[in-house]
Amino acid sequence: MAIFVDQNTKVIVQGLTGGQGKYHGLRNKAYGTQVVAGVTPGKGGTDVDGIPVFDTVADAVRATGANASFVAVPPKAASAAILEAAEAGVTFIVCITEGIPAQDEARTYNTLVNKHPNVRLLGPNCPGIISPGKCNIGITAGEIAQAPSASGPNVGIVSRSGTLTYQALYELKQRGIGVSTCVGIGGDPVPGTSFIDCLREFQADPETHAIIMIGEIGGSAEEEAAEFIKANVTKPMSAYIAGVTAPAGKKMGHAGAIVSGGKGTAQGKMDALRDAGVRVGQNPTEAGALMAEIVAGLR
Amino acid sequence: MDLFEYQGKQYFARFDIPVSAGGIAHTVDEAVAVAEKAGYPVVVKAQVQVGGRGKAGGIKLANNADEVRTHAGNIIGMDIKGHLVKRVWVEHASDIAEEYYASFTLDRAAKKHLLMLSAEGGVEIEEVAAKNPAAILLQHIDPTVGLDAAAAKAAAVKARIPEKAQQGVADILVKLYRCFTEGDCDLAEINPLILKPTGEVHALDAKVSLDGNADYRHPEWAEYAATVELDAREQLAREKGLQYIGLDGTVGIIANGAGLAMSTLDVVNQVGGTAANFLDIGGGANADLMAGALEVINSDQKVKSIFINIFGGITRGEEVANGIVEAMKRVELRAPIVIRLDGTNAEQGREILANAGIPESKLTSKPTMLEAAQAAVALAK
Repeated sequence: MAIFVDQNTKVIVQGLTGGQGKYHGLRNKAYGTQVVAGVTPGKGGTDVDGIPVFDTVADAVRATGANASFVAVPPKAASAAILEAAEAGVTFIVCITEGIPAQDEARTYNTLVNKHPNVRLLGPNCPGIISPGKCNIGITAGEIAQAPSASGPNVGIVSRSGTLTYQALYELKQRGIGVSTCVGIGGDPVPGTSFIDCLREFQADPETHAIIMIGEIGGSAEEEAAEFIKANVTKPMSAYIAGVTAPAGKKMGHAGAIVSGGKGTAQGKMDALRDAGVRVGQNPTEAGALMAEIVAGLR
Repeated sequence: MDLFEYQGKQYFARFDIPVSAGGIAHTVDEAVAVAEKAGYPVVVKAQVQVGGRGKAGGIKLANNADEVRTHAGNIIGMDIKGHLVKRVWVEHASDIAEEYYASFTLDRAAKKHLLMLSAEGGVEIEEVAAKNPAAILLQHIDPTVGLDAAAAKAAAVKARIPEKAQQGVADILVKLYRCFTEGDCDLAEINPLILKPTGEVHALDAKVSLDGNADYRHPEWAEYAATVELDAREQLAREKGLQYIGLDGTVGIIANGAGLAMSTLDVVNQVGGTAANFLDIGGGANADLMAGALEVINSDQKVKSIFINIFGGITRGEEVANGIVEAMKRVELRAPIVIRLDGTNAEQGREILANAGIPESKLTSKPTMLEAAQAAVALAK
């Protein structure tokens, strides 16, 4: 088992003919992911290294039965690409695009919620998702992910920061700990998938025995996750929050302060997680070491 | 990007939000000229991006040209909490009957727009929020639905805005929401939103923060970017297209991804060092970006060592390595580099570095983030 994606996931790459789409799409395929089609308007009928390219997502889905999409298109085109995939019946969409205006993200997210409630968007501005040995969608270097062991214990990873997602994978690989699924939810203002969405799935997934969570300063997603953990997560967890020594951003206006009510600092997030029973490390390596202790206890 | 008050007011004016007649002045003579045009009495307001201007003496009322000269003369050049006042906004003083508060922002938790509206505006709004939260209406808006005139009026009623001001407030809310959405603001805030004795509702202040990701569709933002106050290092970084924040420490930091950059700062701090900067070379760092990043760090005289922390996803190890080799040809680096390179094509990258003929006194490679931080901090002492 794994969460969201596995060996049966069939992926199309929107933007397969572009630089990022081609590079990462082919890497995903080389990893063993079922990359069944690419979509680039106007390039239908061509192929990229044997992967057929279609003009529209609908065409690609009809021809291949794809159920997931990897959106690797520029910021101006990303919102339309996400909605096109949802309308074509794709139920899992990973968008790695960085630099999408927040207003576009908010509209796109709420359009999905209102019109396509069964569609899950991961990202934007995220590294993607990998269920090691089964499926890799996005920009994660597959070789740094340790495949889960049949006997366990295996760890689920959920992270808000791209490079720290790899760091977490790497910490576990160094220690020979298997990973069920690693989800990079991205750090943009309106992420399609939240910590809580992933924690709920990991809690339900029989192949996941413990969970690492990587957060960072800003917003209140970690505090909300802590509340959820307290009430719903029984699997042991370790965590790391980046930004203890980060320079304070200029605060402007009062709206932010009124909404956050003091939330958002690294210390506040760590305290909230500790209070929920999570073991919190001072750096990613320490969070990895804490997870190694947890896993040793489960063996 | 945070706007100065005067820029915020000019931005509001684009969306027909009523603001006071006024203008910007860099000198005493300009201030007088603006005042004559706006009509006395006028308010002379320091333009700095920091709260507490009024208490610091940066906001003064002037009834004639002589008073404008005195106040503008005092305020221009004043230091307010470390911010040098380079210009003042001079506007016709408004008679105030009542003060309200209105803002639009994105509520990340709810993933919806958030309207905040209160009949108790003015400088102490955060205090109102803490002591009497019921006095502030918090209303979510579905971005796919928006805010129409009827919904705005209903919000004004619900926020207990007095009846005589409800229509005026509702009109401004609709315009402010357009400014927030079409204008790609992260924040559009009016505090205070005033009711004049004559019955008009009017924005007396403007706090606008723009979403940098949307700059491609706002060519008019170029003039705002020109007034952003950066130190020399930050200026250079901006020209090179880098996410850079200057700090006061001795270990120069280059990392890919904001999270890893923050984490790098944390680890340097944890092993007893201090970071000279925050620098995120981003997801797709190539040779040019890396060379630019090293140039920026090299321009910081305090830097004693440079810690490059790269974990490759989109960023490929060989590109990073080529960038470093290239930069070391272009710039005479004053400080030694400690690098930790992992992830996509990391081995290729390490090989390129090892075979580039760079002496170990200038570049060392460490396998983990912690060891690299320790080495960099040791070199900086």
